[in-house]
Amino acid sequence: MLEFMEGSHAVAEIVKRCRPQVISAYPITPQTHIVEDLAQMVANCEIDAEYITVESEFSALSACLGASAAGSRVYSATTSQGLALMFEVCFNAAGMRLPIVMTIANRSLGAPLSIWNDQQDSISLRDSGWLQFYAEDNQETADLHMIAYRVCEDHDILLPSFVCFDGFILTHTFEPVALPTQEEVDAYLPAFNPYQRLDAANPLSFGMYATPEYYMEFRYEIDRALQRANKAFVKAGREFGEQFGRDYSGLVEGYRLDDADTALIAMGSICGTVKDAVDEMRERGRKVGLLKIRAYRPFPAQEIVDALKGVSTVAVLDKNISLGNGGAVGTEVKAALYGSGISVYDYIIALGGRDVRKKDIVAVVDLAEKGEGDLFYGLRTEVL
Amino acid sequence: MTAAELIAYAAFEGGVFSQAFPAFGVERRGAPVQAFVRFSDEKIRLRSQIYEPDYIIVQDPTLIRDVDVFNGMSSGGIAIINTEKPDLDFRVPEGVKVYIIDATTIALEELGVPITNTTLMGAFAAATGEIGLEPLEHALRSRFSGSMADKNVRAAERAYTLIGGAA
Amino acid sequence: MALRVGCVAAPGRARDNKTGAWRVFKPVFDPETCNRCGMCALVCPEGCVYETEEGTFEPDLDYCKGCGICAEVCPKKSIQMEKEEK
Repeated sequence: MLEFMEGSHAVAEIVKRCRPQVISAYPITPQTHIVEDLAQMVANCEIDAEYITVESEFSALSACLGASAAGSRVYSATTSQGLALMFEVCFNAAGMRLPIVMTIANRSLGAPLSIWNDQQDSISLRDSGWLQFYAEDNQETADLHMIAYRVCEDHDILLPSFVCFDGFILTHTFEPVALPTQEEVDAYLPAFNPYQRLDAANPLSFGMYATPEYYMEFRYEIDRALQRANKAFVKAGREFGEQFGRDYSGLVEGYRLDDADTALIAMGSICGTVKDAVDEMRERGRKVGLLKIRAYRPFPAQEIVDALKGVSTVAVLDKNISLGNGGAVGTEVKAALYGSGISVYDYIIALGGRDVRKKDIVAVVDLAEKGEGDLFYGLRTEVL
Repeated sequence: MTAAELIAYAAFEGGVFSQAFPAFGVERRGAPVQAFVRFSDEKIRLRSQIYEPDYIIVQDPTLIRDVDVFNGMSSGGIAIINTEKPDLDFRVPEGVKVYIIDATTIALEELGVPITNTTLMGAFAAATGEIGLEPLEHALRSRFSGSMADKNVRAAERAYTLIGGAA
Repeated sequence: MALRVGCVAAPGRARDNKTGAWRVFKPVFDPETCNRCGMCALVCPEGCVYETEEGTFEPDLDYCKGCGICAEVCPKKSIQMEKEEK
């Protein structure tokens, strides 16, 4: 049943139904409403969880790390500078193979200070070993949390994950969302079964010292687990579809790609605007489609190659900038399509909350079809 | 933002898809902000701000001096403006119908505070016909409880009747 | 040894690691001149200087690394560092 609610509230509600045992987070715009709601739910005994209040994001994720090692299902949420402060703990959580799920309310990084949306924060943690999923709307955001726990806690995977949704654009938007009941969530997501855990009677240390003879092999194992997460996500997404009627079996998702000459590639909430723009261009006879990347880590290189067969031009929309080398998604798409003969152009767009309209998407397609790309789209050159 | 949220919620209750979001920035009550609402028979995918509104609500008339609130409106559009001065001077685009309502006074009388969201919601419902009184009241009663709900429903209904008479 | 997921291992204990083998010089305590001030036990980085029943001090040579700090601080010069035969 559809209910009308704020994106952040939808996240808090679904997290509640995923039954985390420990929650630790530090409030930061635009993630705040999520953790306010969860703190209230814990105070009202609606969730049987420990809410650990901390003095920083570093401590928040550290508390989650310890609680996860102790065998709890844990949850956190952050954004931007908060995620930057968690940098070290992120790598540790992945290396210790702890299945933490954390919501990222995507926001730009300072300086200059900006509270508005882009995806620089989570993209900057792309090498940390965390799975990364990006949601187009608040329904997908809620659903991906359940799928994330399923995938992460799989004993063949055992890695943490970000569920990313665009700050303000989704966090603060009220729209209809269908939330599964507690019984339905329980049927999809069984109780956490830790692979190994801290136990005073049988002490263990997590993430011990690895000498040069071992370190590379540990990194290899993490990479292999991420590669396996690919299949695990497809399976968990398909089973989600069977139970709830919303299919997430694709790491990528094509929209009107079948006979497309030009494909846009995008992640997150911008995909909705792109779909509307694609429909308008199609009405005018232009053969344009969208490939939405839902899972950025593991990076679905093969899925991208398969989805773009027959396409001649690709325009990648990057809500981030790998300073000194263009957009992160564009760079990886180019690597995936190397040798395919497809022309790939990258567009840095919508940084720091710059609004994107349908006409902007059309303009990007125009540029790509003219062979003009690898640029910042929509720069206000008059202030430069 | 509360007005946008409530209007979108009432529209949703009335059986359409809807979306409400603020022009994000300063999140304190009273600061000048924009908020946007979309209705549609189909699921709404578009996330951009609204540049060509069918309807506008101006909560604070002093903004009219500094901002072209009618920007992007075209013929057939409807504007609802909260002001105590019915002779307020502003340039209205051709074909845009303007409803003036003293929502601040109504809110003060009914709620005891100069918060005009629910009053303007009633005016919007009457002026545009986009939402009925029943889903409007439902939206208010799920947002507010007890006597606050009653007061807000009364404020909205007063504006609805006032504008309904003029529409 | 196969890798364990998450680089997990049973924790070790300092007690199991007999650092006495690292030593080149060993401290020799002279209880006759010792004034029982206890400075040697206080400064020992290994915590391996203990008080005897007589109130004087002796090193635990299983753990003493031979750093010589005890000899350095002893106000009575009652501790001599002597090269050990190995």
